[in-house]
Amino acid sequence: MELYRSHILVCGGTGCVSSDSLKIEERFIDLIEKNDLKNEAKVVKTGCFGLCEAGPIVIVYPEGAFYSQLKVEDVDTIVSEHLVKGRIVTDLLYKESIQEGEMQSINDVGFYKKQERVALRNCGVINPEVIEEYIAYDGYEALGRVLTDMTPEEVIQIVKDSGLRGRGGGGFPTGLKWDFTAKAEGDQKYVACNADEGDPGAFMDRSVLEGDPHVIIESMAIAAYAVGANKGYVYIRAEYPIAVNRLQIAIDQAKDMGLLGENIFDTDFSFDMEIRLGAGAFVCGEETALINSIEGKRGMPRPRPPFPAVKGIFNKPTLLNNVETYANVPQIILRGAEWFSSIGTEKSKGTKVFALGGKINNTGLLEIPMGTTLREAIYDVGGGIPNGKAFKAVQTGGPSGGCIPAAHIDTPIDYDNLIELGSMMGSGGMIVMDEDNCMVDIARFFLDFTVEESCGKCTPCRDGTKRMLEMLDKIAAGTGTVEDLTKLQTLAKTIKNASLCGLGQTAPNPVLSTLHYFMDEYEAHVHEKRCPAGVCKALLNYMVIDEKCKKCGICAAKCPVNCISGTKGKTVYHIDTEQCIKCNACLEACPFDAIKKG
Amino acid sequence: MKELVEKVLTEENFQQLDQQIEKVRGTKGPLMPVLTQAQKIFGCVPYEVQKYVSDELKVPMSDIYGVVTFYSQFSLVPKGEYVVGVCMGTACYVKNAQPILDKISEIIDTKTGETSPDGKFTLEATRCIGACGLAPVITINEDVYGKLDVKDIPGIMKKYQG
Amino acid sequence: MKSLEELRKLRKDSLDQVDMRRSGKGTRIVVGMATCGISAGARPVMMALVEEVKKRTLQDVTVTQTGCIGACRLEPMFEVYRAGEEKVTYVHMDGEKAKRVVAEHIVNGKVVQEYTIGAYEK
Repeated sequence: MELYRSHILVCGGTGCVSSDSLKIEERFIDLIEKNDLKNEAKVVKTGCFGLCEAGPIVIVYPEGAFYSQLKVEDVDTIVSEHLVKGRIVTDLLYKESIQEGEMQSINDVGFYKKQERVALRNCGVINPEVIEEYIAYDGYEALGRVLTDMTPEEVIQIVKDSGLRGRGGGGFPTGLKWDFTAKAEGDQKYVACNADEGDPGAFMDRSVLEGDPHVIIESMAIAAYAVGANKGYVYIRAEYPIAVNRLQIAIDQAKDMGLLGENIFDTDFSFDMEIRLGAGAFVCGEETALINSIEGKRGMPRPRPPFPAVKGIFNKPTLLNNVETYANVPQIILRGAEWFSSIGTEKSKGTKVFALGGKINNTGLLEIPMGTTLREAIYDVGGGIPNGKAFKAVQTGGPSGGCIPAAHIDTPIDYDNLIELGSMMGSGGMIVMDEDNCMVDIARFFLDFTVEESCGKCTPCRDGTKRMLEMLDKIAAGTGTVEDLTKLQTLAKTIKNASLCGLGQTAPNPVLSTLHYFMDEYEAHVHEKRCPAGVCKALLNYMVIDEKCKKCGICAAKCPVNCISGTKGKTVYHIDTEQCIKCNACLEACPFDAIKKG
Repeated sequence: MKELVEKVLTEENFQQLDQQIEKVRGTKGPLMPVLTQAQKIFGCVPYEVQKYVSDELKVPMSDIYGVVTFYSQFSLVPKGEYVVGVCMGTACYVKNAQPILDKISEIIDTKTGETSPDGKFTLEATRCIGACGLAPVITINEDVYGKLDVKDIPGIMKKYQG
Repeated sequence: MKSLEELRKLRKDSLDQVDMRRSGKGTRIVVGMATCGISAGARPVMMALVEEVKKRTLQDVTVTQTGCIGACRLEPMFEVYRAGEEKVTYVHMDGEKAKRVVAEHIVNGKVVQEYTIGAYEK
């Protein structure tokens, strides 16, 4: 086994790969070779470090130097300074990791300080394509113990006692699900993993699969043992090629090592698994639709009951959990149910991974204990709102969730609190919005999404969401009426009550929650024909602020329809709102900020 | 469009498809994996390919057509030389992805979801690609452009217009 | 994989490879690895330290590198930091001396006086 004095960890998550981390990795390998450091320094491609905003990221151990926003040419400096001469390149370090001239451990940086990593514990630490690194950090120990030392009933009991709830959205107690599947009658059972992460702005499952694929294999094997299955399916969306590739490598390695296949750990237990690719249908994240898709059908939901635990894939009892849920299980087995249930709140145990995005300084992935407040997540971990803008709302739960306004920012995050606020946990997307975002527009954005993704099977969802979208379009265009606002609410409630599956039942949430918290914005659109955030194009009017106008005429020169009049150096300019096409060109061109929209 | 479809229906492509079908023959629920491969090989799943799969897997044509038209990853006609994907995930949307999409549509004179008449560009509003740290993001084939402003778009598109 | 023992053995071997990525508390051995240090032979010293620490499976000991410590004429040199103890600087090191420091100072807590900067300056 080779020993190295330096490990260079290069983030291979999708965010960093999109900003050239692979070229950075290549350059490191190249230069290490050229500088004859091959036997001293090792380059390791890992999963996501979480702080995507600062990508591409490289960490050099043992110093723990956290280099951020690197360019390929920066690698030359790091190799010649840090690796050859041992001088940390302070200029390239993530700026928050330097305090009073001294480099801090990354665990003391604001973004990481309040985090507690259970599901993500190996992400950014191990090389996901090397099974030995997973094993080094206790990998497959839980599976070994379960198979050699525990009965299926004991395994289910631990999962029940831990209080783990489904991380995919609904929050159903995981142990109960396992119990139902175990007790279902059938000669053949399946376990399946839902990795069809479709919520826009959510990428925690992808990060687990990319950064720590073996944990899913181990956990599914444990689940299979507990419920009496011998075959597993992982359903991943095709938009995640890196995740698919790494999981396939992991499956092959586990097979080679006998951790998948016949008689694992020399017991009677045999288990095999395969990957099935999604093909771009959001509704397939719904469990019965996912099952249809695995069978090779259109991904349309089935009525429940019968639940998948009784009649799932190929009509056999099937246990279906989400990626993050599985990622928690081996740690629960190793550290015990009490340890897990000591984290979190009374009814929501453990940690939750969130993908923080939108108008926030530290875009990225964070794992925090349940019960952390929204404020801590957004300000302490997320670093607050950029450009000195005011926080307006945070959207959780994707198209099934809602917008939570500033008044509730001190709410501790757990399943029940979020539902009470008219939103939901969902898979963990957390999109922050500032004063420049229009809430009518946001509601419209999500409705547009559901209309397109509705599978068309049941009328309330297929037609109802379409009608809701039309009303929102009207309101955004300035032709909405007071009746539209009441109709929206009535229709939303009908869709919630009458839809077949979770997609339809939750589709109205973005509208209901914005109506509830931001009625004043809807009313401004309807009564005053005004969009307070300045987003809805049809309602915008561009105006010259007379006192600020320096009579330079730049705006008039830029205007593509010649609707700005005035005389250079003599009179202030004036915009003819009748002819204005609201292209924003004048506002961008004015050097004196003398043009406003509203 | 018809000529474009005929161009991809080569014997070589069908041979490749055959190999993929053999790999999954006998497994349960093989239709989706086969169609995924077909999309990869041909760049689309037109009538002729659907018919072939139907005969080979003994799955009714109606089922196959249903599946192909249900999932957005499958297309009936080939895509352009450059597929421009504008991420419309929430993180990108709140950071002004819509004006970027509008601008690209204007530059290549192609509506969202369509291919330009010369077969050069296909414009797609894609679902979240998960690079939220780079929002707003567009992809042009394998190239990724992030942290964009509408002003950056003409320069980027110029590189591909050739 | 036939047994838990087999797995645990593999884990032990693999852990050596990745151990340095844990945030180290405890003892830190910092080797001066500026150009001057390297040309004076700091690399073999560094590697000897890394190997010795692994061989003895010492917990909570990290070997790390730094730039110029500021006394080029005394290179190769390294410093040992331990919580609650004063920093000890060893000078004119080589691989064998380094191993002795690990054995006596790091393991048994006895500073090897004759190698320290204090002894040299006298």
